[in-house]
Amino acid sequence: MAYSEQDILAGLAEIVSEETGLPTDAVQVEKSFTDDLDIDSLSMMTIVTLAEEKFDVRIPDDEVKNLATVGDAVSFIANAQS
Amino acid sequence: MTRPTLTQSTGPAHTRILGIGGVRGENLVTNDEIAGPIDSSDEWIRQRTGIVTRARAGAETDVLDLAEQAARRAVEHAGLTGADIDAVILSTVTYFHQTPAGAAIIADRIGATPAAAFDISAACAGYCYGIGQADALVRSGAARHVLVIGAEKMSDFIDPTDRSISFLLGDGAGAVVIGPSDTPGIGPTVWGSDGGQAQAIRQTHSWKETQTGAGWPTLRQEGQSVFKWAVWQMAPVAQKAMDAAGVTADDIEAFIPHQANMRIIDQMIKQLKLPETVVVARDIADTGNTSAASIPLATERLLREGKVSSGALALQIGFGAGLVYAAQVVVLP
Repeated sequence: MAYSEQDILAGLAEIVSEETGLPTDAVQVEKSFTDDLDIDSLSMMTIVTLAEEKFDVRIPDDEVKNLATVGDAVSFIANAQS
Repeated sequence: MTRPTLTQSTGPAHTRILGIGGVRGENLVTNDEIAGPIDSSDEWIRQRTGIVTRARAGAETDVLDLAEQAARRAVEHAGLTGADIDAVILSTVTYFHQTPAGAAIIADRIGATPAAAFDISAACAGYCYGIGQADALVRSGAARHVLVIGAEKMSDFIDPTDRSISFLLGDGAGAVVIGPSDTPGIGPTVWGSDGGQAQAIRQTHSWKETQTGAGWPTLRQEGQSVFKWAVWQMAPVAQKAMDAAGVTADDIEAFIPHQANMRIIDQMIKQLKLPETVVVARDIADTGNTSAASIPLATERLLREGKVSSGALALQIGFGAGLVYAAQVVVLP
């Protein structure tokens, strides 16, 4: 089943909230993982791995540095599942 | 002609850890002391690694000195003497001789000659690799009392300006004696490797390249990739070790993973769904990452501080450069 970008954002927000303690509505597409959400490199790998499991996609380690914003991650996951 | 049938050795059905000993580098190096060259801070290092200090040995101490001290303590704790040891396995990546093996020198220093002696290179999994080998040697009848030592002077292998791994590393040695037991004391070893990720934790260049001016090699790692591998690939290995031993997380009294990074330890606990009653080794906070020495050092500390008692079931897992890994459930001495 392909997830819509809206579903991916909602799922990602749950994962980020679980990892960081931030409310899910703080996780918006324009937010930067590092600058706005204060997520460090190891937390980012946790979020990426949980997202891989949740959305059944592969996010290569080399790709993670390109996922600057929540929107970048949503787009990558949306494209990766198609 | 009729060929004779060979005799093959057999040994006791069960083994256990009979004694343990450890020694740490005598200097506790703070984060503030090493933060400058990597443009970091005490807060940054604590938050990302859980390390407050790392134990480092002085210039006059080499890795064999550390190994010898730990070995002597383990043999004494087992109620044995050097003469009772008939095999010595030294796991290290910081004994800078291709030959002869450091294990033979340790065997001689502790009075174990003519024990069989060899070194193994399995980095941070080296102690658990050694336990697996020692268990097999005793149960096959190839040896009766095997001394397994994990010893590292990692501070000889670091670059103070490296932001990937050097700031994590400490020095120390831990040793155990494995021998016969009336009851099962070492569960099956679940082990393996993934050489496709050999670059994830690596030496900057070979010793051969030092001949052409490459300088002293040091260590590097791909920290994020290693973190992901260590948590999500290694937690299932730890689970397999419990399954193979016929126990569940509810039976485990202590979890003693390789002390690589507190964040890895915390995530592994989540992935393994360990009950809160399980005592978790967190020796990394003030000892740092001592590679092959980290698990026996953390074990020795839990016992010495009374956090767990002799006879407790402990889940241990080592993982590191190779990539290599090994895990088993053991009864603590």
